[in-house]
Amino acid sequence: MSSFSITEPSNRTKWFAGTLVIAYALITMMPLVWIGLTGFKSPADAISYPPKYIIGSDSEAGFQPTLEGYVNLFTTRTRQTEEFLANNPPENWADEIVRQYDMVIVGPSKFGERFLNSVIIGFGSTFLSVFLGTLAAYAFSRFKIPLADDLLFFILSTRMMPPIAVAIPIFLMYRNLGLSDTHLGMILLYTAVNISLAVWLLKGFIDEIPREYEEAALIDGYTRFQAFYKVVLPQAATGIASTAIFCLIFAWNEYAFAVLLTTANAQTAPPFIPTIIGIGGLDWPAIAAGVTIFVLPVMIFTILLRKHLLRGITFGAVRK
Amino acid sequence: MSDKTADRVAAATPTHIARKVRGLSDRAIAWIFVAPTIFLLLAINIFPLIWTIRLSFTNYKANRINREPEWIGFRNYERILTDSDIWLNMQATAHFLFWTIFFQVLIGFTLAWLINKKFKGNDLWTTIIVLPMMLSPAVVGNFWKFLYQPQIGLFNYIIAFFTGKDPSSFEMLGSVDLAPWSIVIVDTWMWTPFVMLICLAGLRSIPDYIYEAAEIDRASKLRQFFTIMIPMVLPFLMLAVLFRGIENFKMFDLVVQLTGGGPGSTTELTSINLKREAFEKWRTGYASAYAIILFVTVFGLASIYVKALNKVKER
Repeated sequence: MSSFSITEPSNRTKWFAGTLVIAYALITMMPLVWIGLTGFKSPADAISYPPKYIIGSDSEAGFQPTLEGYVNLFTTRTRQTEEFLANNPPENWADEIVRQYDMVIVGPSKFGERFLNSVIIGFGSTFLSVFLGTLAAYAFSRFKIPLADDLLFFILSTRMMPPIAVAIPIFLMYRNLGLSDTHLGMILLYTAVNISLAVWLLKGFIDEIPREYEEAALIDGYTRFQAFYKVVLPQAATGIASTAIFCLIFAWNEYAFAVLLTTANAQTAPPFIPTIIGIGGLDWPAIAAGVTIFVLPVMIFTILLRKHLLRGITFGAVRK
Repeated sequence: MSDKTADRVAAATPTHIARKVRGLSDRAIAWIFVAPTIFLLLAINIFPLIWTIRLSFTNYKANRINREPEWIGFRNYERILTDSDIWLNMQATAHFLFWTIFFQVLIGFTLAWLINKKFKGNDLWTTIIVLPMMLSPAVVGNFWKFLYQPQIGLFNYIIAFFTGKDPSSFEMLGSVDLAPWSIVIVDTWMWTPFVMLICLAGLRSIPDYIYEAAEIDRASKLRQFFTIMIPMVLPFLMLAVLFRGIENFKMFDLVVQLTGGGPGSTTELTSINLKREAFEKWRTGYASAYAIILFVTVFGLASIYVKALNKVKER
């Protein structure tokens, strides 16, 4: 820094603050790192005491990494007789891993399907809430709408309902309409939950775009609609993108509606992961593998898009 | 401008007429843009709310479709408000709310204050700290259950390592005394970053010249902290508390995965209790009344709080 400032913290203060923050960050990351490690352990290593944490070491605290958890996550297996095992050599590396428990892979597990459901419902509802939200936000930002403030508050207050309270009538309604356990039903529901935040965030972003741009376009002979998508939309692109990320993360992470309203066809990954059972109880390495695959995209997203995301969180909250 | 006749005519037409000729009026566009959102909210938020209110006056059971529900007036409400078990759930919720907010504000503000010292690489570390709040609460609850396992769990191991206790001598999730704290710990781990981010926005909104003026007036650092920083961050902090309060009052997924409301009903927060009534005992009418009571409580408390917040802002 070239200019001297009396409000700039001293180097010692900075060093002290930095150490404390980094220490907190490392502690806070421990559970996540631990889950990542557990995904590569054998069931026996995962529940050993004292815990094993050194990859590939032969010491007491070490474990040999294995893909067993991932294999168990993606497959279903059955126990076979020794005769069968002797006559049918393992077909591939995954089968080989399973053989040590006298088992063979008989097919894929439900995890792939559930993960795909998460993707379909997540992206579907994100697209719909951002699409509808942008239109509504533009209208609220630019036109005089009677009772606009009341409408906006009403849109926001719908988020105060506990999800279970909303789920009771939705459950009955979906049962009558045949929307239970369908992708469309979940997409509509998540859109309805997300749209309040989407309108609120997007209105803020659109408010920041000077009206003069559109007015100039209108004078140049654009219709209002052309001005909206040729002038306003490109300007609001960053805002729309960060709103989309919020909607996607919500839909991706949601559990309460998913567990109550879906059973098989449209169930997403969060209600599925905790139910993975292995030999003699919960299969922790497989669960950890599932958790890792499920949370990794969100973590990568967060790190890559941190500037927009962090701004979105504070901005969205502070404006309310 | 090209010299086609049509273009010249278009340029010469006054804009308000041109708009009417060539496109929809502003008012029509406004309604076309807002209508789908309003329709969706009416269909999936308001209509269900009205339905819930109606159901709350009946003894309807959703697993018996053929039985006609009877109108029983305010009986559901009476039963809920006089039920002592529900007051226990409310107490569990209050304990959870108070302590999560207490720890999150304390740690979150401290972190924001330290990050605001602008040490090198602070934005990277901020991002790392923020990661837990981006994850799925149900999945977080699920893997913390693994960390909390007695004997084999990492949490017990670390506590045992530092205190010298036997790691199998205490069960975070299984003991009546510790279970309420186990959910507080996980929620604090997950949501402290949120409070931190809001506080950070508050701290960054204070312009440097205020500190410079205080420095020139020879105000001590301690005095600057209490007379500049705290009052100016307070509205932000109160907002963070409002959001965490509303969210944690609705808390369901994290706790249901972690403890399932147990042991006994020590961590059975109101949302979990509500889920049991509605989707396990299938007392739909009763659960609807319960839902309405919860909604009115949150709404009422939030409105009072927002009034207080606005007073703080005005100062």
